[in-house]
Amino acid sequence: MPITYTSNEQVEVYRFSPPAAILIPLLAVFLQAFVPLRLHFFSIFDLPLLVVIFFGVARRNPVSGMLTGAAIGILQDALTPSLPIGVFGIANTVVGYGASSLGVKIDVDNMASRFLVTIFFCVVHEIVYFTIASGLVGITVQWSWAHELGSAIANAALAVGMFAALDRFKQRT
Amino acid sequence: MENLISRYRNLTILAILLFAQVLGLAIQVKRSSENSTTRLIRIWALEAVTPFERGIVWVQNGISNLWQGYFYLRGVRQENRDLKQTIEQLKIERASLREDAEQAHRLQALLGFKEQYITKTLAAQVIGSSGSEQSHSIYIDKGSRDGVKPDQAVITADGVVGKVLRGVQEHVAGVLLINDQTSGVGALLASSRLQGVLRGTPTGEVVLEKVMSDEALKAGEKVVTSGGDRIFPKGLPVGTVTKISPGPELFLNIRVRPAADLNRLEEVLVITEEERKEPAVASGEHLRAVDILAQRLPSVPDQPADSNPNAPPPPTSGLKIAPAPNSQMSTPSAAPARVKAGPTETLGEAADKPQPTRKKTVPVPPSPPPVTPANTGNSRPAASQPEVQAESPKGQPREPQPQPQSEQPPQ
Repeated sequence: MPITYTSNEQVEVYRFSPPAAILIPLLAVFLQAFVPLRLHFFSIFDLPLLVVIFFGVARRNPVSGMLTGAAIGILQDALTPSLPIGVFGIANTVVGYGASSLGVKIDVDNMASRFLVTIFFCVVHEIVYFTIASGLVGITVQWSWAHELGSAIANAALAVGMFAALDRFKQRT
Repeated sequence: MENLISRYRNLTILAILLFAQVLGLAIQVKRSSENSTTRLIRIWALEAVTPFERGIVWVQNGISNLWQGYFYLRGVRQENRDLKQTIEQLKIERASLREDAEQAHRLQALLGFKEQYITKTLAAQVIGSSGSEQSHSIYIDKGSRDGVKPDQAVITADGVVGKVLRGVQEHVAGVLLINDQTSGVGALLASSRLQGVLRGTPTGEVVLEKVMSDEALKAGEKVVTSGGDRIFPKGLPVGTVTKISPGPELFLNIRVRPAADLNRLEEVLVITEEERKEPAVASGEHLRAVDILAQRLPSVPDQPADSNPNAPPPPTSGLKIAPAPNSQMSTPSAAPARVKAGPTETLGEAADKPQPTRKKTVPVPPSPPPVTPANTGNSRPAASQPEVQAESPKGQPREPQPQPQSEQPPQ
C-alpha cells in the first residue's frame, strides 16, 4: 500500500471547464508578454510556469500535467523570437509532470506547501532551462544561485495569492 | 512489453514528449544558420496575443491623450511663454550651428566623405515583449504592410534600440534589443574613435567588446554606432561607458549604459530608408571648403597699400583672401569672403551652384589686379570687381582656363 501524505479529502482530483483551461494559460502568457513593458520588475515572475504548476497539482494527472506544460511552454517559446521553440516547452513539460506527480503524494492545497512546492519547481524549471539552453542550443547563460532563489521566492509569494484566486475555477470531479 | 508500457505509461509519455521537443530543438538549431522561414506556431501565437496587446495599448493611449489633452493643461500659458523664449534662443543657436554644419559638410565633400542619411523612419508602438528574463525582445505594432523588413534599425530619440528580427508579420514585427545576448552592434567610442562590437549579456547588460586592453579609456565616454554592421547608420548614440575592466585575452570589458531606456520603451522609430551620399554644398552659399582652408593656410605677405594698383598681379603661389564688405565669417549674416586662386580666376561665385552644374566665373580681360584691402588701402568691396559668368552653350559648365601658376584647389 503506497504511503501518501495526503488526506482523503485532499487527494481529490479537480478539473477545469474548457474556457478556464484555455483562457487562464492564454491570459498568463499574455500578461507575461505585456506587463514587463510597463513594470520591468515583473519579468522576474513567470506566470506561465505558475499556471503549469497550478494545473499540475490540481489535476493530479501526470499526462494532463505534462501536456499542459508542453502546450504553455511552446506558446511561451513562440513569443520569444530570439530563442528556438522548445526550450520553455521542455522545461515546462518536466515541471508539469513533476507537479502533477507530487500533487498525488502530498497536500498541496495549503499555503505553506504551495509556497515550498513553487520554490522547488521554479528552481527545477531554471535548472532544466539552463541545461537545455547551454547544452542544446548553445546559448551562453549565467547561473546565479542568489538570483534564481530570489526569483523562486518571489514567484512562490505570487503563487500563494494567485493559486487562491484560481481555486475558484476548480470543479470537483 | 504491454504491461511494461502500461505500468510506466506516464514516464513513457514524458519521454516521448521530451524526445519530440528535443528533436525539434535540434532541427531548429541546425537550421538556424540558414535563412529559415518563420515557424507557423510563432505566427499563431502572435496572432493570438497581439490583438489584445494592441487593444490595450490603444485604450491606454486614448485615456492618456484624453487626460493630457483636456484635463492636464494647468500652467500651459506660462509654459507656452517659456517655450517661446526658448525657441528664440534656439533660433540664434541654430543659425550659428548651421554655419558650422555647412562648413563641416563642405569639408566632408572636400574629403570625398560619404554620409549616411536617414531618409525615412516609421513610428511604431511597442505592444509586447518576450516576457522572459533570458530573452530581450519586443514586439511593435508595425509590420510588412507598413514597410518593415528584417534587419532594419530601430531607434528612439535617445539612441539605438535594436534591429527588426526575421519573420515580420503583416502588422507585427519582433525587435531584438541591443541588450540581448544574441545581438551585436558595430560601435565606436565617440572621442577616442576606437571600434568594437556591442553585445548584450545574459543579465541584460550591454558590453563593448573587442577593444584592446592597452587603450586608455575612461568612464563617461559616449558610444555611437560605427555603421560597420550595415544595419545601424553611423553616428547614432548607443550609450555611455560606465565601467572598464580587464576582459578575456587582450581585450577590455567595457560596460555601457544604453542611451535609450530599454526597459521603458513605448514608441520607437524604425529606419525604413537610408541613403548614402556625398554631402551637398548648400545652394546660395558663397564659401567653399577651399575658401575656408585658404583662410587657414599661410599666405604671401600683403603688398603695401601704396603700391601701384595697375601693376600686374604677382603670381599666386599662395591663396589670398579678399574679405567682402562686413566680412565676419563666423556670423550667419556676414557677406562671404572671396578667394583669389590666381590672377584670372575668382571663385567667389563658384560655389553658388552645387556641383556638377557649378558655374565658373572669369573676369573680363584685361584683368584688373585683385582688389584687397591690403593693396587698395581702403575698404572697397571685392564684390565690385567686374566679372562675367561664362557659361558654355546649352548651359554646360565651362571649364576654367588652366592657370599655370595658380594653385588648383583640390576637388
